[in-house]
Amino acid sequence: MKGKHKDILFGLYNDETELLDAVHTAHEDGLEIMDVYTPFPVHGLDEAMGLSESRLHIAGFVYGMLGIMTAFGFMTWVFTRDWPIIFGGKPYWSVPAFIPISFELTVLFSAVGMVVTFYVICGLGPGVKNPILHDRITDDKFCVAFETDGLAKDKIDGYRSFFSKTGASEVFEKNI
Amino acid sequence: MGHGIFVAPTRKPLVTGSKSYHDITEDICSPAEKAPSVAWVIGMLVSLGLVAFGGACLLITIWVGIGSWNLNRTIGWGWDITNFVWWIGIGHAGTLISAILLLFRQKWRTGVNRAAEAMTIFAVICAALFPGIHMGRIWLAFFIFPYPNTRGPLWVNFNSPLLWDVFAISTYFTVSLLFWYTGLVPDFATLRDRAKGMRKRIYSFLSFGWTGSAKHWQRHEYLSLVLAGLATPLVLSVHTIVSFDFATSVIPGWHTTIFPPYFVAGAIFSGFAMVQTLMIVSRKVMNLQDYITITHIEAMNKIILLTGTIVGCAYLTELFIAWYSGYIYEQFAFMNRAMGPYWWSYFGMMLCNVITPQLFWIKKIRRSIFWTFFLSIVVNIGMWFERFVIIATTLARDYLPSSWSYYWPSIIEIGVYLFTFGLFFTLYLIFSRVAPVVAIAEVKHILKYNGDQYLAKNREDYEAKTGVKVVLDEDKVTDDPNYEVDDQIDANDLDENN
Repeated sequence: MKGKHKDILFGLYNDETELLDAVHTAHEDGLEIMDVYTPFPVHGLDEAMGLSESRLHIAGFVYGMLGIMTAFGFMTWVFTRDWPIIFGGKPYWSVPAFIPISFELTVLFSAVGMVVTFYVICGLGPGVKNPILHDRITDDKFCVAFETDGLAKDKIDGYRSFFSKTGASEVFEKNI
Repeated sequence: MGHGIFVAPTRKPLVTGSKSYHDITEDICSPAEKAPSVAWVIGMLVSLGLVAFGGACLLITIWVGIGSWNLNRTIGWGWDITNFVWWIGIGHAGTLISAILLLFRQKWRTGVNRAAEAMTIFAVICAALFPGIHMGRIWLAFFIFPYPNTRGPLWVNFNSPLLWDVFAISTYFTVSLLFWYTGLVPDFATLRDRAKGMRKRIYSFLSFGWTGSAKHWQRHEYLSLVLAGLATPLVLSVHTIVSFDFATSVIPGWHTTIFPPYFVAGAIFSGFAMVQTLMIVSRKVMNLQDYITITHIEAMNKIILLTGTIVGCAYLTELFIAWYSGYIYEQFAFMNRAMGPYWWSYFGMMLCNVITPQLFWIKKIRRSIFWTFFLSIVVNIGMWFERFVIIATTLARDYLPSSWSYYWPSIIEIGVYLFTFGLFFTLYLIFSRVAPVVAIAEVKHILKYNGDQYLAKNREDYEAKTGVKVVLDEDKVTDDPNYEVDDQIDANDLDENN
């Protein structure tokens, strides 16, 4: 949502069951929802909206693999190539002793990588200012938003009648 | 459409007082929005007093060196390492609540996970101080990290459990911090949207531009779940590796394979005790009794009872194995623990960790605020004794009787311990003023399944459907006439909601 401003029409619902029904209705009526905003994760909403499954966990796996290879490869290089030292009569390449650090770096890379990826793909981060449609969306209101930029009036009226049909408690227009 | 909500009717409510979503926001945000209470100011002054006194002792330690402590050539690890292991152990409860209980779908975690995770982070900070200053020259602490250096480069010893500790604890701290903060972001957004002026700008920065978009929530839930999956083996690995500091040595009494599970159980045991101590005060001072209910306290007491019993079994197993090994040095180490010069710490440990927690078998005690608070302090003392017994007692009587020694902390060592208390409570008090102490979004998420007003309705539906009369232990359940549940309980929804 950078640069270009756009017109938004959004309605607030008081309960997540109303919201889910509304989203299903919008789907049946073929209305294209811009986004849905809720104060907490509502289960079943992603299916109702037709959101695809997140692939964040795949990224986590890749980062984890990177971590284990970094740790194990580095320790192997240090103790067999760069500066081999005998500790306690064990072989240079003492694999069991490398397990704890390899494990820790797997977790570290995976966790840090996933968290950073999450913020980047969501466009969130320190100092980011996204437009807030309504102050109570993070409190107790469930919001369905449509983009109305350059749409004909009858189309926008269609959205309005959708909101009154599905029992939205309040409907607002906003330019963000 | 069947959004039927169904909860086992014997479940006790986790949110009482028939709260609406807005009530939850109000109740949890308000402590951060009001002027601090007198109790908070007094708490802060006491904590800062400890920081001031302990900070002076800390500076003396750094200035003079650890010669200002009473460690000697026989007893090289004393209060410092005892405190280190104790604080690290306390941290474990936070991760257990937020990660392991998330994987086990234990909904009661939502009331306490935020504060417990904060406790984890602060406890790890306190713990990390001790190995740092124990090195003697804290300004050279970066030597513990493998970085290209001008000494060869000569690398750290990757085969040493002490270095594993460095990696385990720094990873644990980082992952706990990320997990905690990611959960905080939506709640900071709630505070942001209620705030004005300067506070709004600060929370705006802290909330990272969170909007509550459906896609973001979906990813947020994935992230939380995978982080929980990562944090679960991580937390077990951390105390396992801490126990390796001892178990991989050749000191009788330390060189045992039981240490990893026994240390992990002890860590969870002491951690939950500290959570109880903090929560019982917090819920009262911040009026959060509807969110951290007696049911929550009882659930945690059950874990304390379980882990305390595991720890007790470990103590007895150690004694048995020492005798059964037929190895006189091992046998002597355990005789010495129980009947040597430090017999009082061994009996303190047995009393506080094994005997008194068994009182939690009694339901009345398990659900009593007073007893829970009292026993949580007892457990914390007991677990401190356990680490002291393992460390100092064992070292005091080594292979060479001419080196046998006795150890008592200097005022400086006591001061450094008090410093960590001051630091821990200062950080916790600041946290309780600036952030929601209970995870707002998570409590809202469980409200329809575990709020008392909904449980009543569910119970009626259940009774109507099955004809089985449900008897609740505690009939605090109220009815909300505005709430309508679908007539039909959809069987497909059962799995999803529970």
